[in-house]
Amino acid sequence: MDTIPKSNPNVNTSGLTREVYKGSPSTLCAGCGHNSITNHLIKALYEYGIEPHLLAKMSGIGCSSKTPAYFVERAHGYNGLHGRMPSAATGAKLANRELFMLGISGDGDTASIGLGQYCHLIRRNLDCTYIVEDNGCYGLTKGQFSATADIGSVLKRGQINEFEMIDLCGLAIELGATFVARSFSGDGKQLVPLLQAAFSHRGTAILDVISPCVTFNDHEGSTKSYAYVKDHEVLLHGTDYFAPRAEIVVDYEPGTVRDITLEDGAHIVLRKLHDDYDPTDRLEALRTLHEARTSGELVTGLLYVDTNASDLCERERMPRTSLSGFAEDDLRISRDDWAALMGSFA
Amino acid sequence: MVNDLTIRAATVNGSGSQSSNLVLTHALVRLGIPVAPKNIFPSNIEGLPTWFDVRLSPRGYQCRSRDVDVLVALNLVTWESDVASVKSGGVIVHDASYSVHGKTARDDVTYYPVPFTELSKEHFPQGSPRKYLINMIYVGVLAQILAIDLAVVEAALRDQFKRKPAAVELNLSAVRLGFEYARDHLPKADSYRVEPMPGGTDNLVLMDGNRGAALGCVMGGCTVVAWYPITPSTSLCEAFIEYCDRFRVDPATKERRAATIQAEDELAAIGMVIGAGWAGARAMTSTSGPGISLMAETAGFAYYAEIPGVIFDVQRAGPSTGLPTRTMQGDVSFAAQISHGDTKHIVLFPGTVTEAYEFAMDAFDLADRFQTPVFVLSDLDLGMNLWLTPPLAYPERGFDRGKVLSAEDLEKLPSWGRYRDVDGDGIPYRTIPGTPHPNAGYFTRGSGHDEDSHYSERPEVYQRNLDRLLRKYDTARSVVPQPLIEEAGHEAAILAYGTTHHAVVEARDILRQEGVEVDYLRVRALPFSAGIEAFIARHRRVYVVEQNRDGQLFGLLRAELPAHLLERLRSVRHYTGEPIDAAAVTEPLLHAERAAGQAAAAALS
Repeated sequence: MDTIPKSNPNVNTSGLTREVYKGSPSTLCAGCGHNSITNHLIKALYEYGIEPHLLAKMSGIGCSSKTPAYFVERAHGYNGLHGRMPSAATGAKLANRELFMLGISGDGDTASIGLGQYCHLIRRNLDCTYIVEDNGCYGLTKGQFSATADIGSVLKRGQINEFEMIDLCGLAIELGATFVARSFSGDGKQLVPLLQAAFSHRGTAILDVISPCVTFNDHEGSTKSYAYVKDHEVLLHGTDYFAPRAEIVVDYEPGTVRDITLEDGAHIVLRKLHDDYDPTDRLEALRTLHEARTSGELVTGLLYVDTNASDLCERERMPRTSLSGFAEDDLRISRDDWAALMGSFA
Repeated sequence: MVNDLTIRAATVNGSGSQSSNLVLTHALVRLGIPVAPKNIFPSNIEGLPTWFDVRLSPRGYQCRSRDVDVLVALNLVTWESDVASVKSGGVIVHDASYSVHGKTARDDVTYYPVPFTELSKEHFPQGSPRKYLINMIYVGVLAQILAIDLAVVEAALRDQFKRKPAAVELNLSAVRLGFEYARDHLPKADSYRVEPMPGGTDNLVLMDGNRGAALGCVMGGCTVVAWYPITPSTSLCEAFIEYCDRFRVDPATKERRAATIQAEDELAAIGMVIGAGWAGARAMTSTSGPGISLMAETAGFAYYAEIPGVIFDVQRAGPSTGLPTRTMQGDVSFAAQISHGDTKHIVLFPGTVTEAYEFAMDAFDLADRFQTPVFVLSDLDLGMNLWLTPPLAYPERGFDRGKVLSAEDLEKLPSWGRYRDVDGDGIPYRTIPGTPHPNAGYFTRGSGHDEDSHYSERPEVYQRNLDRLLRKYDTARSVVPQPLIEEAGHEAAILAYGTTHHAVVEARDILRQEGVEVDYLRVRALPFSAGIEAFIARHRRVYVVEQNRDGQLFGLLRAELPAHLLERLRSVRHYTGEPIDAAAVTEPLLHAERAAGQAAAAALS
């Protein structure tokens, strides 16, 4: 989909080449789903035209959390603590509302050690994009189950997962999330527009991206393998993204699409495939997820969106600009008020 | 006994005695009498015993006294032990229904029975807050017995209730009721008296340390607060929020120049603070022991990744839940090194309300200047009790934001590295996310990194980084608040910090009367400045007085001092959960100093 004005075909709306959006070489395993997500992110960020100095790449600990080093080298990155990315992102965004917050996490980082912070980030509706690179296992410690592994899923060494999985999308919707999508690392056609829609959304945008671990969880019996996803993925809709002020250049058949206007004026157009899925219906989203869980299907697409909620910075009435820009006179109590205040203690 | 006594009100938590105690306290201040109020309260909303002590002293001692001179007994549950707590010659005002026999019948105290419940029932209509008014009755009784001018009590009461004018007359009538009952039924039989001390409290106000610290945060330019409620630190953040609502709202846009987030736990609270510090805001959290334990992880990250943030630890008695409403200097050694791995933090020890205020401002400057978390170790006694203090001075100094590179700076630099030690002081330069320059960005990580913030596991790079962090810590030695020294060439000295100071002040006066003179050094921060070792070297015996079981600062000193000075240190420890009093200092010191004197005499003979 062509959404970029093409006065110079080699630069984006910020006047930057695609090179600028690249990072250091990945140190993850060859074939890792996370590397594909990084490439889709580079494309999405480049096309979206994010100014690198305003991008804050936030992450926790794990394979997924290493990836912010692999894109937009120029941007600030914060590879913090295991499961604590949401709080760091919250503090950074409050400090400077102009920052574009992009959080990268994994299933261990989010669904286990960081589950509390995940929940509260969603409750607060911090304006950020939160990507879970979800492979159902702990890669860096050599393949233990994570909490998103499906019950009955089998480890490489034969152990069977006996515990119910935590559905991060279902949980997010329960918690009042305002943008929830599920996708697959191998499906750039779906993931790139979903990422861009997430960038355009004002509030917490959750993207749970199934991202197979080629080393520890890509075998027969795993429900997070390339083969399993290929056989069980069900697309809710086709997905196109149109930037703010971009012309919608595709002629859609009337009645075949849902056109959702996002907060910054961008559009996400959902093409009907089979059922007419309504992503503004929270109950339908939850029912769809429950049914997929029972049938073993992997439902992907924009599960839920609410474009009318206020985000944390709005609720806190934060200034538009960085708090670091305020000087003594902006922040201190005036001398007159101070004298009166001290007098009130006498 | 004139103006030198401790009044203790023993009541039931939740019975509303706080207003009465504050009226009494403020009345005494209005008379010019220096007071030191101490609220000794339970971890409970309603029902458990609580005590409020007001110590009056002509010399203005701010520490607790373990002697109770005048007891107001309004809690039957603690009646027996409350009676036992009164010193010989003391006074007991008590509910007339309490039986005075056996252990509660003492022949060395004066009893003033007052039928509080009956008086309240007789004079106040049903539906009025009789339970609360009983407390105002005892204020009137005390005013009569101790000769406190009723007009001054009335003025203090009117001020106390200025936001609830409707309650003034009812409460005032309760005070008068007590006053008149005592006048008519309780002939004076004790020797205690209050006399006005004109000028005695001029230019002093009553303020708690948490409020002082909150004002320091406002004036220090703090713009992000993330916190989780925990006694005794809660009122610090609540006061900050109160002042932001009053003074930080743009009248035109209604925008608020501060974010104040109640976090889901202390992990998130400090996570937000460090995230905000990374993005350039001055950020703080306040907590107490259990919270500081949870913050260890992020404190270590912020130390290693070099991100500013301010953490107030209003210490309470631990370990674990411990005594949540009692005081302790119990987190000193933990805060000094909080984190796994080799870690050393800047820690400030405010001892007064003025320092709670000033060190709060200092903490933000130090955090920015050294790009590291700074811990301010207050305690429950300082944080939650009222102290007589000079009004807080308007800051004349601007913010010190430390080594921050702007886009203009970057334009002039051929290259820069986030962790390069350009100036040889161990302190690198940083950029703030959002700085509009292609070279501004860098990658912050808690994993091994080189001077240019690239990932590195190389041994020499790792060691070089740890050494630089130590160099930075050493730079801080002469920048943090320096020790205060009172020295006159004596052989022995006291070394203390934080609120222990107030007991030391009185203890030195008592010791002087006993013929034992000691010098005094008050430590106000970690890392230790060079002056501390020099002071110890000038004394043969240095008593390190602190409020914990293990001699935590004593241990930190021993870890840094040269071997030949170690035997000069003696550890004096108080750890009951009550604020330390002078006797806890004088008793061990008199004993040790007399023994030292005898040993010296024996050596001569």
